[in-house]
Amino acid sequence: MNDSKQVVLMKGTQEGITVYLNDECSFEQLLNELNKKLENSNKEDRTELILHSQYRYLRAEQKKDIREIIEKSSSYRVKEFQSYVLTSDEVTKQINNMSVRPAIRNVRSGQVHQVEGDALILGDINPGGLVMATGNVYVFGKLRGIAHAGTNGNKECVIVASYMNPSQLRIANKISRSPDYDVEGSNREFAYINLENDMIEVEKVNYLPKVRRNLIDRLERGIENG
Amino acid sequence: MGEAIVITSGKGGVGKSTTTANIGTALALKDQKVCLVDTDIGLRNLDVVLGLENRIIFNIVDVIDGNCKLQTALVKDKRFDCMHLLPAAQTNDKNDITAEAMKDLIEQLKPDYDYILIDCPAGIEQGFSNAVAGADKAIVVTTPEKSSVRDADRIVGLLEKEGLNDPHLIINRIRKHMIDSGDMLSVDDIVSTLSIDLLGVILDDEDVIKASHHGEPVAFQPNTKASISYRNIARRILGESVPLMSFDEEKGFMSKVKKIFGMKS
Repeated sequence: MNDSKQVVLMKGTQEGITVYLNDECSFEQLLNELNKKLENSNKEDRTELILHSQYRYLRAEQKKDIREIIEKSSSYRVKEFQSYVLTSDEVTKQINNMSVRPAIRNVRSGQVHQVEGDALILGDINPGGLVMATGNVYVFGKLRGIAHAGTNGNKECVIVASYMNPSQLRIANKISRSPDYDVEGSNREFAYINLENDMIEVEKVNYLPKVRRNLIDRLERGIENG
Repeated sequence: MGEAIVITSGKGGVGKSTTTANIGTALALKDQKVCLVDTDIGLRNLDVVLGLENRIIFNIVDVIDGNCKLQTALVKDKRFDCMHLLPAAQTNDKNDITAEAMKDLIEQLKPDYDYILIDCPAGIEQGFSNAVAGADKAIVVTTPEKSSVRDADRIVGLLEKEGLNDPHLIINRIRKHMIDSGDMLSVDDIVSTLSIDLLGVILDDEDVIKASHHGEPVAFQPNTKASISYRNIARRILGESVPLMSFDEEKGFMSKVKKIFGMKS
């Protein structure tokens, strides 16, 4: 811990100014110290601060209090809060969003398969069927219905299918659809949002590492860790 | 103890009633005790296909409401003693009976028959729930059209939800020349889309329409293609393994000779 005697410690880092808040004193003391520290600051300085509460968990209303004090008594702006601690709810949520959810089934017309995290489907998605995942969608079968990846708005998500002939592909808030004429699907393809032009594009799976390196890293690490 | 099989399709007009009547007839030809139950209340027509319309006195709603005994409402087929029909009501509608009542009714029929074939109405509403309530197995009928395959897919999903896993598939009204020219889904396409077991395929045949018109199921005829298909389906239901009939027309003497010598005709 950085200098436990000082309640509020400001440090310049690569990202800007980080303010370390002592995690052993009371919250009132913390607010007082913060007030004192900021009284003699430069009123013209509009630097953005990163507030690091270390091993103290700040609730939403406490964050609001701190933000008010800073923005009232100085011209600094609060960029974000950081901390070493997370509530179990937040952790569960994060784990859920990162886990792969396997299902051995066919998603048939009129059925909706919805998961938190990555959807892994060992089966077909038939026309009229819909798969929704907050993460990626992997289909080990024929994708002929609709797949929606990144339902929470994550544009990094991808849709991978052994046989790709969807009626629609949706990633985050983007939608693309098949042409009106009949098309033959193709094997082992994936869809992603090209972040340069913000459009959904479909490529062969071997192109995936080029556009989503971190996803491959994560998957391979997952496999190694069993 | 008999087995209750529901025959369903989702879409209307694909041949559920015709299929029910013909499988029933084909099973009866095999000396099985068969009861056909029409659950299309308000739009009954299984009785017409079987030519039994004039003999109906009571119907399924009368039985459920307690107006008559179950045995009184059953209509004996005019060709077979071992085949009976429980007709639907024409004046009521599908909401007049419940799934539980239907289930009880099928349970009452089971001890007296080998097979109970339940003809399901089109659609996925109350009528569908009623029809599947008492069933042990399901047969899904489809035609090689995209719309009817789509509905069949939906129905397979709904059947799974009702606990009727692994339904069997019958593809009706196949037109060989249209499949060859690519204007119709092929049998393989449909089976791969629906991924359920194929029970049989039936060619689009004028004889089927003619037979319905005369109130005599086509399966009763000795040697039309459709009647053989239906009888093969009945044999498969009874557990025999019967290969799928080839659609190819025999072209003449020379092609037969070539076939014998293993040359392509």
